[in-house]
Amino acid sequence: MTEKQHITIKGVKEGLLFLLDDACEFDELLRELKYKLEKSHHQVLTGPLIHIHIRLGKRTISEEQTAQLRAIIRERGNLLVQSIEAEQLETACAAQEQPGLRIISGVVRSGQTLRHDGHLLLTGDVNPGGTISCSGDIYVLGALRGVAHAGDEGGELAIIAAALMRPTQLRIGDVISRPSDEWVSEDAAMEFAYLSDGRMQVDKISQLHRMRKEPIVFKGV
Amino acid sequence: MGDAIVVTSGKGGVGKTTTSANIGTALALQDRKVCMVDTDIGLRNLDVIMGLENRIIYDLVDVAHGRCRLAQALVKDKRMEDKLYMLPAAQTKDKHDVTPEQVRDIVLELKKEFDYVIIDCPAGIEQGFRNAVSGADRAIVVTTPENAAVRDADRVIGLLEQDGIAAKLLINRIRPNLVKNGDMLEIDEICQVLAIDLLGIVPDDERVIKAANSGEPTVLDPSSRAAIAYRNIARRILGDMVPLMTLEDKPGMLRRFRKFLGIG
Repeated sequence: MTEKQHITIKGVKEGLLFLLDDACEFDELLRELKYKLEKSHHQVLTGPLIHIHIRLGKRTISEEQTAQLRAIIRERGNLLVQSIEAEQLETACAAQEQPGLRIISGVVRSGQTLRHDGHLLLTGDVNPGGTISCSGDIYVLGALRGVAHAGDEGGELAIIAAALMRPTQLRIGDVISRPSDEWVSEDAAMEFAYLSDGRMQVDKISQLHRMRKEPIVFKGV
Repeated sequence: MGDAIVVTSGKGGVGKTTTSANIGTALALQDRKVCMVDTDIGLRNLDVIMGLENRIIYDLVDVAHGRCRLAQALVKDKRMEDKLYMLPAAQTKDKHDVTPEQVRDIVLELKKEFDYVIIDCPAGIEQGFRNAVSGADRAIVVTTPENAAVRDADRVIGLLEQDGIAAKLLINRIRPNLVKNGDMLEIDEICQVLAIDLLGIVPDDERVIKAANSGEPTVLDPSSRAAIAYRNIARRILGDMVPLMTLEDKPGMLRRFRKFLGIG
C-alpha cells in the first residue's frame, strides 16, 4: 500500500463514511479504493448490507467518474452507495470571486478585441466592430457601441454597465441579446445589463444594489 | 528633413486620392516643396487626377528594384514651378512587388529633399496599406459621413495607433442640407466615435468631379467651396492659425463656410 492514505473510512450511525482526499489524482483514489475493498479492509466490509456515504471534499467529479466509483463499490454485494457529496457550495462561491478589477483606458476600435480574466473597467469607448469581453463584470466609463461579453466562461451573474449603452450586441454567459429587440435603453443615466431568468434586462445603475444585495456600511453621522 | 503624411481611409471611394492631390497642391501653393507618392500599385489614379499621366516614364516599382534613380522617376508639375512633384505607382504590377522596407527607404530619401511627402494609400488594410504607412510620420484619415466609411476609418485608426502613427481626421463630401435634415451623419457624431483630432471638413462639390476629370486639382480654382476647404487644411498642416475646431465647434465651422459662401 502507498505511504499516504487518500481514503479514510469512518463508521457513523447511518453506515460507513468514506472520506476521499481531494488533492490527489482521481485514478489514485480508484486504485486505493479497490485495494481497500478487496484486500486490506476485506474482513471489516463483509457481512450484512452497509450504507456508504462518500465525501469528495473540494473535488468536483464528472458523471463518468461517479459511475466508476459506484461500480467499484457495487462489486462488493453488501455495500450500497447512499450518497456522493462534494463541498459544492463553497467551490461555486469561490469561482465567483473574480481576482480583482483591472482598469484600462483607451478606445477599443473596430476590429480590436479586449479580453481580461476577472472584472474590467474601461475608461473610454468601445466602437462598433470592437469587442470587449471578460470572465467577470464589465464597466465602461464611456460609450459602449460595440459588442460586450461579460462572464464569458459561464458567469450568469455577471453584469455589463456602460455610461452610454448603445451596443451592437450584449452577451452575458451564453445569452446573446440585441438592443431594441429585447430591451430599450432609456438614455437618461448610466445603465447596466443583467440576466433575469435567462433573459437580458437593462436597468439604471442605481438599481444594481437590489440585485447584488451587498451591505454597505456608511461611516460618520 | 521633411514630413511624410499618409492619406488613408480603409474604405475605397471616399476621396483619398482627391485629397492627396489637393492637399499636395495646396501645400505647394503655400510655397512648400511637395512630393506626392502614389502607393496604389496596380490601380494608380493620382497621375490621372493631377493630369500628369502622359508624362510618366518610371514608377515606384522601378525605383524600388533599382531600375532607375529616384530623381528620374519623379514627375514635375509645371503649373507649380519647382514646388510640386509626383512619384507614380506602377500600373502593371501589384502590391506585392514592393515591400514596406523599400517604400520606407524611398520616402526617407524624398524627405531629405522635400518639405512634405504626401503618400496616397490604397483602399484596404493589406499589403498596400502596410507599404503606404511604413514610411509615414503622421496620417490623415479620410472618411465620409456614412456609417460604413466611419467603421473602416475606425479600424484604420486602430491599426495606425498600433504603429505609433498619429492620425488626424478629414471628413469629406459633406452635404450640409442632408446633415441638417438628419439624413447624413453629423460631424459631431463622427468625431465622438473616432475620438481623434479633426483636421478639416470638405463639402461635397460637383466641381471636384469636373476638376478630377480634366486633370486640374480643384484647389487651383478658388471659387470652389472644396478648394477653400483644402486650402484651409493645408494651412492647418503648416501650423497656421486657421482655428482648428474642437469637437464642439464643428457646426460653427460649417456655418462659417456657409457665411463665407453667402448662403448661410
